[in-house]
Amino acid sequence: MSLVNLHQVHKYYGDLHVLKGIDLDIKAGEVVSIIGKSGSGKSTLLRCVNGLEQYQEGGITVDGKEVTTEDIQVRRLALSVGMIFQNFNLFPHMTVGENVMLAPTIVLKKSKAEAEATARAMLEKVGLAEKFDSFPEKLSGGQQQRVAIARALAMSPKVLLCDEITSALDPELVGEVLKVLEQLAEEGMTLILVTHEMNFARDVGSRVVFMHQGKVWEQGDPKTVLSNPQTDELKQFMGAVL
Amino acid sequence: MLYFSDLLQYSDVFLSGLKTTVELTVLTTILGVVLGTVCATVRQYGNRASQRVVSVYVELIRNTPFIVQLFFIFFGLPAIGMMLSPWEASMIALTINLGAYSTEIIRAGLASISKGQIEAAKVLGLNFRQTLIRVIFTPAFEKIYPALTSQCIIVMLGSAVISQISVQDLTYAANLVQSRNFRAFESYLVTALLYLGLSILLRFAFNALGKRLFAYRTSN
Repeated sequence: MSLVNLHQVHKYYGDLHVLKGIDLDIKAGEVVSIIGKSGSGKSTLLRCVNGLEQYQEGGITVDGKEVTTEDIQVRRLALSVGMIFQNFNLFPHMTVGENVMLAPTIVLKKSKAEAEATARAMLEKVGLAEKFDSFPEKLSGGQQQRVAIARALAMSPKVLLCDEITSALDPELVGEVLKVLEQLAEEGMTLILVTHEMNFARDVGSRVVFMHQGKVWEQGDPKTVLSNPQTDELKQFMGAVL
Repeated sequence: MLYFSDLLQYSDVFLSGLKTTVELTVLTTILGVVLGTVCATVRQYGNRASQRVVSVYVELIRNTPFIVQLFFIFFGLPAIGMMLSPWEASMIALTINLGAYSTEIIRAGLASISKGQIEAAKVLGLNFRQTLIRVIFTPAFEKIYPALTSQCIIVMLGSAVISQISVQDLTYAANLVQSRNFRAFESYLVTALLYLGLSILLRFAFNALGKRLFAYRTSN
């Protein structure tokens, strides 16, 4: 049973044809790494999956429900699709705890006590329980990103979309974020990541999707795809990133 | 020779004028900022037609003299059946005036909020109203707070003009007193000092309020 399904998805920005008929079927528990050059459409693809971007042709379903950009639909979708951004996007005027508690209290209408218990548990999970009352600006980039993960997890999503979530981090902070993702993967969370972390894609991922010029160019088991690329484009890409 | 003691018998007049000015300032500051917030939100996030309506309002007010706006409301509107007391006309004119200027200021604050903040709220399932109130307003107002409070003080000082339609504010008191005792120098000097004191008090009040509203900046 597929959790996320894309069928012949086309996306245009004006005349620019960004996604050219994407077919993708992702099952619950899969860890899918989307790789490719910038401009290949991988972030756009991710943003279409949770309704942040409109697509013009084809269809996307998450958990059997169709994805559109209609406000109400985006909100319903947010309950099953979590998203983490490159720039963390924590709310600067709220403490770490308040950041995590916000959506559970006002979207899920949980009581404050219940939301706080969830928030503390999620922060515990990402190893930041002691930062509950700190403000985001006092945290390192890696810590901020882990808070963003906790904030997404507090909504108990079925799938987590990660849009280059380690790209804005100093190299020594990347590991702590990937460790959290690895732990989530082990727990069976479905992850779709746009990433440049090839080691993570190979060791933790269950599938790699290589995108090129708005198409899925090559995909399959990470070890096979990454060590034995079939197309010149992927060979070239692998040469550039390694 | 200067005779400040001649003003003493009129202290009640000055105090009552001061009271009117303070009342009108507090009321119009609140109403004007609310109006400005609504208009700035429409201007920044509304559809094209409503954006245009707000633009016309803002440009109309910012490009005409306040006293003409006031006279139009007080002397002009009765022609179409809207009779307003001097106090009501002043309150409306001041609110509309501050509303227009604060629209532009607050909009700059809204524009400073990154798209990422709004998207983060969206993917957490917040609707637009919740996003505005919980996510956008506090950091947006923090950025433009000094400009906004300065504008409120400008409007307070500009309110002196309402004495022209016989609202008994502080300037009206000064005019009255110097017409009775011909102590123009003393009368206007004292009035100027009272306005100065009022401005300083307002600044203190705004600073204290700002520290409370944006407390997260200074905390742990």
